[in-house]
Order: sequence, then structure tokens, then C-alpha cells
Amino acid sequence: MNTHKKLADLAKTIRSKNAGTDKITFDIIFREKETYELVKRSKALTPDSVCRILNVDPARLTDFVEYDPAYAIKFTILRDRPSGSAGDGDIFGAQQYAPFLDVMVDISH
Amino acid sequence: MASLKIICPNGHLGFAPLKTGSFHLGVAAKPDFIAADSGSDDIGPVPLGNDSCASPRAWQEHDLEEMLLAARSLGVPMIIGSAGDTGTNSRVDMYVEIIRDIAARHKLAPFKLGWFYSEVDREYVRAKIRGGSPIKGLDARPELTEDELDATQRIVAMAGVHPFMKLLEAGCDVIIGGRSSDSAIFAAAALSRGYPEAQSYYLGKVLECASFCAEPYGAKETVMGEITPEHVEVTAMSPEQRCTVASVAGHAMYERSNPFHEFVAGGMLDMTDCHYDQVADKTTRVTGMEFEPVTEFRVKLEGSGKVGERFVGMAGIRDPYTIAHVDEVIAWARRQAEERFGTEGWELHYSVFGRNGVMGDLEPLKDQPGHELCIVVQGIAPTREMAEEVTMTGTRQLFYARLPDVKGTAGGVSFVLDEVMQASPAYRWTLNHTMAVDDPLELFPTHTAVIG
Repeated sequence: MNTHKKLADLAKTIRSKNAGTDKITFDIIFREKETYELVKRSKALTPDSVCRILNVDPARLTDFVEYDPAYAIKFTILRDRPSGSAGDGDIFGAQQYAPFLDVMVDISH
Repeated sequence: MASLKIICPNGHLGFAPLKTGSFHLGVAAKPDFIAADSGSDDIGPVPLGNDSCASPRAWQEHDLEEMLLAARSLGVPMIIGSAGDTGTNSRVDMYVEIIRDIAARHKLAPFKLGWFYSEVDREYVRAKIRGGSPIKGLDARPELTEDELDATQRIVAMAGVHPFMKLLEAGCDVIIGGRSSDSAIFAAAALSRGYPEAQSYYLGKVLECASFCAEPYGAKETVMGEITPEHVEVTAMSPEQRCTVASVAGHAMYERSNPFHEFVAGGMLDMTDCHYDQVADKTTRVTGMEFEPVTEFRVKLEGSGKVGERFVGMAGIRDPYTIAHVDEVIAWARRQAEERFGTEGWELHYSVFGRNGVMGDLEPLKDQPGHELCIVVQGIAPTREMAEEVTMTGTRQLFYARLPDVKGTAGGVSFVLDEVMQASPAYRWTLNHTMAVDDPLELFPTHTAVIG
């Protein structure tokens, strides 16, 4: 039996967006409480794992919240330069979530 | 105490036109206010620095005309914040002029128009620094220095509810605001009618992005918020959308680092103990919000500083050997620019699409480039002439890069256009700070006039 699933197959929404001029925030939102609790239990998304996936120093992670009212895991990083500075490839921060689509989640627990 | 209803047709008025179908359904529900925010710092530092709009004037006129005609026909106030994307003085004046023009074109009966400004003079901020009141950085920024202030072209202060309430108390039927906290636009309406702070600010928080608090996803549709002293209810007006517990709770975390706390000028909305109930098919009720006033009144400042004039060039690569050595190709072109211009006083930025143009250093797959790449080159310098030459050097020298084992010796890149294009000047966000003020209105002078 398959014990792992991709986060994209479990989450309703996986998105990123500016949170002000200096941060990008990521929202992983689930349709049902059960799936949300399953992903929390799997530890696929933790402060350590999201920093590793994005290759950022843990000091750049400003928030990591499990937000029960919306069945959501939410985390926020400081940008390496403010949004819209020359050379910034994503002024809105809206296309930074893609690496999380393929995160493998252990669903055996 | 009866309830109060506000409709919001657009989370960023003018950025894309509001959808008229759901807006007219919202108007038919007889709201007590029609309100929308027109600003965002999402659009980057260029519009604030350049004092320009991010969207065509026609789209802004479209939304203002829909809202003004509806508000005047219902006889209810219309409130707009952050005029013209940035809320600078010129954008407020532009919206005031648009309102006058629409009123004249439709021969509207006389009404009272109020507006306020929110630009802050650099010397005003300097006096605060020299007077011992530090300008504190947000989001890990250090305190503002006078050097950074000097590098700043334009500053706007983020208004809270106070100038809106002053203009409502003066009997204004239409209000055009300078840069404003988006939740304050709606909160001011509720506070002016005596509703409590927690419910009023929550109402603003949930309405500010219009249909982003509804599902399925669909922007620019109207939503209606209804407030009582005990709760806030939010209802989707589009036949295709609903406000569900999930969509409303989910919206609390949109575009913000923390879903529990919303900071506004004068206090903090605490959503930690919010409770959400689906009370009708398209309506969710929210209770349990709290508001904590602050003792020191600090106003958020946004500032943009010019880096230089800017041109843009583009080049493509298909040779797999060149793709594997693209950083050496870029280094070659950069060296040619250094030989011509020295190492300082200009900038070249390369975005390599097909490798990590979108995510930069965050890209986990940056060592797995695609079979073709597009390089976007941005050159920045003090004058247009120099920026054009820097960009042309940084783009065309990609063509002449010397790689030891390349087979194609007739040209190293492809061009869609053998030219570079003038872009907006480059700016950067210099201020994301807060400043203490003695009076919540001191940065926001208000004006009124009877139109028609």
C-alpha cells in the first residue's frame, strides 16, 4: 500500500503572496480537519523542513503557525530584498509556492 | 441597535474592473455604505516613487462611476481609501476630479465631497528623528537613518479611521482618502454609527479584499458585511460564490504573516478566539473578536527611493553547452560593462528564466535548467543615455561571450528584439517604518466641497 502522498493531492490551496514589502507568506489550506491533522502529524511541514525546501537560513523564517480555524499551515519568510527592487523576479510573491506541491507526506500514521 | 450593512465591490479598486452583476445585487440589498480600498504595496515601489498609477485611468473611472451612481441613488455614503494605488496627493486630486466629472456628466443632485491627503514631507520626518523620536523599522528593518531618508523620493502615511470619521461627522456623502489602512475604511463607517471597535475593525478586515473571503475563487465580485454590537456576518453577492466558514477563516490569514493579529493605527485587532458559524447558505457569522487599544499612537510610513533610470533587454539560449555555462556567459557580459563604465555607479541585473528567474535563490531546482532559457537584463544608471548603453552592453555582449568549447561560433544567444527597451525608473522601498504622532489627525489634512 502507498504510504505517501504529494501535498498537492492533499491540500485544497497552496499559495504564496507578499505580506507587506519585506516578507512572503505561504498558506497551505486543507478541506477537511482529518487531512489537516494528518499532515500536521506527518511533520512534512515544520519550521526546519520549509527552510530546507526554500534553502533559507532559519533566521529568515519569521512565523510558522498551525491555524486551526481554517485547517491551515502558514509560514512567512523575509525576502532577500524588498519587493519590486530591480532583479526581483516576483513583485507580488505569488509564484513562490511551487516547491511545496511535490512535498511527500507520510499518510501511514 | 439595528444592524449596519456595507458592500465592497473590489479589493483593489481600479486594478481590474469590478464585476457589475454581483455589485448590482449588492446595491439591491440596500447597504448603508458602499466602500472600497484602491491601494496596495503589492505593486512594488515604482508607482509611489514615480507618483504614477499601476492601472489605466479608464478602469478606475469605471469603478468610481458604478459606485458613485449607486451611492447617490441609494442616498448612502461612498468611501474610497488609498486613491489611485498609492494614495499620494496627486492621486487624491485625480480621484476628486474624476468624481466631479462623473457628477457633472450625470447631472447628479448636489452632494458633499470630502477628501484628505497623506503624503508626509521628508523634513517633517527629519524633525522627528532630530527631536529624539525614532522612526522604528517594521519586519526586521533597522531604525530610519537620515541617509536613507535623503535617498527617499516620496513618503505616504497610512491613515487609520480618524480622517474618515472626521469627514463622516462633517456630513460628507463621498470620501476620497489618501493612503489608508484598508480595514479602517470600513471600520470608520461602523464606528461613526456607534458600533464597538472589535466588531468594526473585524468588519473592515473581512471586507477589505471583497470576494477573496468567498469561494470558489473569483476576484472583483461584491461581498456584503453586516455588523451588530455582537457579531459580523459576511455574505457573497455573486450567484456563484458563498462565504463559508473555511473561506472567511482562511481570509483572515491572507497577505499577512500572522492570522491572529491585525495592527492598525491606534490598536490591534485580536482574532485568536474568533468563532465562525455558517448561518445561511452564502453567509458566515463571526464572533469572539477583541480589540486592544495602544497607548503610544504610531503611524505606518511607506517610502520609495529612486535608484536610477532603467532599460530592459532580453536574450534566449538553446545550446545545451551554453545553458550549462550561462553564469560564465553573464559574467563575460558584466565584465564588458565594467571595462566600459568601471565597477560603480550603475547596476546590471540578470533574471534567468527556465532556471530560476521566478524564485532566484529560493529555487530548489536551479541546477536543473530547461532546454531553453530566457535571460531578462535590467540596466540601471543615473541618466537614460547611460542606462541604455549599460543595458545594451549587458545584453549584446551575451552574444559574444567566449566559452572555450562552444560549437556555435556565430553568436551565443538568440534575440527576439535586437534592442533594449526603456522601462520605468528603478525604485526601492526605503521606508516600511512607524512614526509616533501626538494627534491621530496631524498627518492627514481634510477638505470638503459641495459638488453640483
